[in-house]
Amino acid sequence: MKHVLQTTEVAGQSPNWLLAKLDDLVNWARANSLWPMPFGTACCAIEFMATAASRFDFARFGMERQAFSPRQADVLICAGRVPFKLAPVLRTIYDQMPQPKWVISMGACASTGGIFDNYSMVQGIDTVLPVDVYVPGCPPRPEGLLYGVLLLHKKIKGESLTDPELRSEQPLDERGLSMPPEKIDELSEPFGNSIQQYRSS
Amino acid sequence: MNPSADALRATWGSAIGRSGLARDGETIVYVARDALRDVMRWLHDTPGQEYDYLVDITAVEYRDRERPLEVVYFVRSLSRRTDLRVKVELDLKAELVVDSVVPIWAGANWLEREVYDMFGVAFRGHPDLRRILMWETYAEGYPLRKDFPLRGRFSRAEQVRQALAANPEAHYSMEELSIAEAYEDLPAEMQERLRKGERGTIPFSE
Repeated sequence: MKHVLQTTEVAGQSPNWLLAKLDDLVNWARANSLWPMPFGTACCAIEFMATAASRFDFARFGMERQAFSPRQADVLICAGRVPFKLAPVLRTIYDQMPQPKWVISMGACASTGGIFDNYSMVQGIDTVLPVDVYVPGCPPRPEGLLYGVLLLHKKIKGESLTDPELRSEQPLDERGLSMPPEKIDELSEPFGNSIQQYRSS
Repeated sequence: MNPSADALRATWGSAIGRSGLARDGETIVYVARDALRDVMRWLHDTPGQEYDYLVDITAVEYRDRERPLEVVYFVRSLSRRTDLRVKVELDLKAELVVDSVVPIWAGANWLEREVYDMFGVAFRGHPDLRRILMWETYAEGYPLRKDFPLRGRFSRAEQVRQALAANPEAHYSMEELSIAEAYEDLPAEMQERLRKGERGTIPFSE
């Protein structure tokens, strides 16, 4: 906290003064009271629960209250694979969260589609909504998720209140996509055991 | 070999095709498509057969395009503790249609919807034949068919666009889950109370 708040004692007398940049103060408060919205769909959610429980306890980092309502959440933690059928649900939940909001993509499947390079799976949730921190792993250990949370803290502490980009909604474009189509297609180039398969037979 | 196989052949004659043992020791009986519902009804109702539990319905398409697609019924007699597999062969070049067994086992409803969703087999007489796993506007085909590419037919961008354009509420409507559909199955006194517009009471709550 020392680097954020500077306590200056004036002449050894009361009253004391607290001096800080507004950005630092607000970001300090925000970073240390993140309310997570867990979107758990698979085994990553089990690790997420372990992270929330007493042994790892992410309440230590200000995430005491899990917001199971998106309206009261700050950070969406997408833990697990997301099929296309669930994509509009995930997007709706993201849209319902108030600004400022952040997204952690937990695990290989949420980040890239993982081993599920097939007809039914979203190839990384960043094709559907903007992601701030990717946590790799299959599933990531709780330490991994905590490290991701700390990275998000670091990112939040570097933000500025005056940056309009961070405070504006990012709606889907007129094509109904959140990123250019060629970029989405690039995300599922043939690899692995499905190299013999083509998009159109 | 399950004695039901011989009993079937004795009763239904030419409607029963070949039969044999699966690798795990269960008996497989092939049934002609047009006789399927009668044979299943017979298996369900006849004393001594009593296959009262439909475990699963699935389908198999072989890599060999000449082999027909098979719809597989796993039935079990709970009282006799006996299993039987019934298969129906459908020519891939013809229309994939088979009679629904929902009138016999109500639990076949979702199982047949799943086979329809994944293989495109239409079940004649099914009360509500819609996709069940993929969303209802899914336009790429039937994913477990051999001619279906692993990643689907559309580009990823098109798949994302179609997925995001879907309205999830439309598929999980409260109407679908409402008590209205279950009305006929409710006990008489509950129907009576609902008809009068009464609300339920919590016991011991004054």
